[in-house]
Amino acid sequence: MAAVVEETVVPETEVPVATDVTFRIRRFLPDVDEDAHWEDYTVALFPTDRVLTALEKIKGELDGTLSFRRSCGHGICGSDAMRINGRNRLACKTLVKDLDIKKPITVEPIKGLPVEKDMIVDMEPFFAAYRQVLPFLIPEGHEPTRERLQSAEDRARFDDTTKCILCAACTTSCPVYWTDGQYFGPAAMVAAHRFIFDSRDSGFEQRLEVLNDKEGVWRCRTTFNCTDACPRGIQVTKAIQEVKRALIFRRV
Amino acid sequence: MSAPSIETPRSLSRRNAQRSNFELYSWLFMRISGIVLVFLVLGHLFIMNFLDGGVQRINFAFVAGRWASPFWQVWDLTMLWLAMLHGTNGMRTIINDYAERDQTRFWLKMILYVSSAFIILLGTLVIFTFDPNLG
Repeated sequence: MAAVVEETVVPETEVPVATDVTFRIRRFLPDVDEDAHWEDYTVALFPTDRVLTALEKIKGELDGTLSFRRSCGHGICGSDAMRINGRNRLACKTLVKDLDIKKPITVEPIKGLPVEKDMIVDMEPFFAAYRQVLPFLIPEGHEPTRERLQSAEDRARFDDTTKCILCAACTTSCPVYWTDGQYFGPAAMVAAHRFIFDSRDSGFEQRLEVLNDKEGVWRCRTTFNCTDACPRGIQVTKAIQEVKRALIFRRV
Repeated sequence: MSAPSIETPRSLSRRNAQRSNFELYSWLFMRISGIVLVFLVLGHLFIMNFLDGGVQRINFAFVAGRWASPFWQVWDLTMLWLAMLHGTNGMRTIINDYAERDQTRFWLKMILYVSSAFIILLGTLVIFTFDPNLG
């Protein structure tokens, strides 16, 4: 008796293929280079690979001198913000399939901060502005014996701005920040918003002095570059507008 | 070969913020004057270019007739002042944004302020001292 061989249907899964992707990277080695210049590297990548993977491949296989910051690689630490195809992105949150690989993918350091080497910039001016807005809780009155309670509605007011990871993608996408070295930048405003709209905080007057300054919120031109750049999806421009409103009406 | 020292383009110490609401008021002024100007300027353009005969009927007598009425005097005066201050403030912002050296910034602003003061004063003078019998 002939065995009936059942034809099993093998589902045709699409096997991902690694394709060659060219990266045009803005290189600057302070020991060797007079000035920054572009260099092309081609690596084989899967569509689901991140730009960070590409940079690591380039560093491991093609050119060990390539320098960039990375830490968690999962969009939480905020170390690897860079300009990818002219837009500020986290290299670890940008997938190859979302980019046009027919053309070389440009990778540059974020703008407006002094470049130290390749993708590595001096973040100190950025953090200096951050510190200026007093990014910590300033409570009033005696220290309570139990935790400071807050209603869900009060918490929701500043929920969006708690998501900031200080990657500097917003601040370095701001055209006012590029041209005016004194402007606080969107990230500092986000930090200020986080505490100004916290019902437990009473440092409004102190922060107001900084934000109402010549280089404060009034320099914002609402170009929305910051909202566009934020890898955490924070409505940065909206937060800045809310701070402006609080300043005009002197009330939170 | 030693690494070139990279100068920080922005100073780390900020001057102590002065307590001044100037930027706040100038920001508010831009919003309010902008809204008012939409009506004033569009109304002006409509009257001058479309209403009976449009631009063809504008001559010395037409202007003289308009400025005989205090209503049009106030209209034109408000439009002049708001438009000039709005424009000057906008230019001031642009200079603040894009002038890189303090000296360039200072002189550009001086040119701006002097020229806009000149135009505002000249325009105000003409509106108030206009003599319809001149023609």
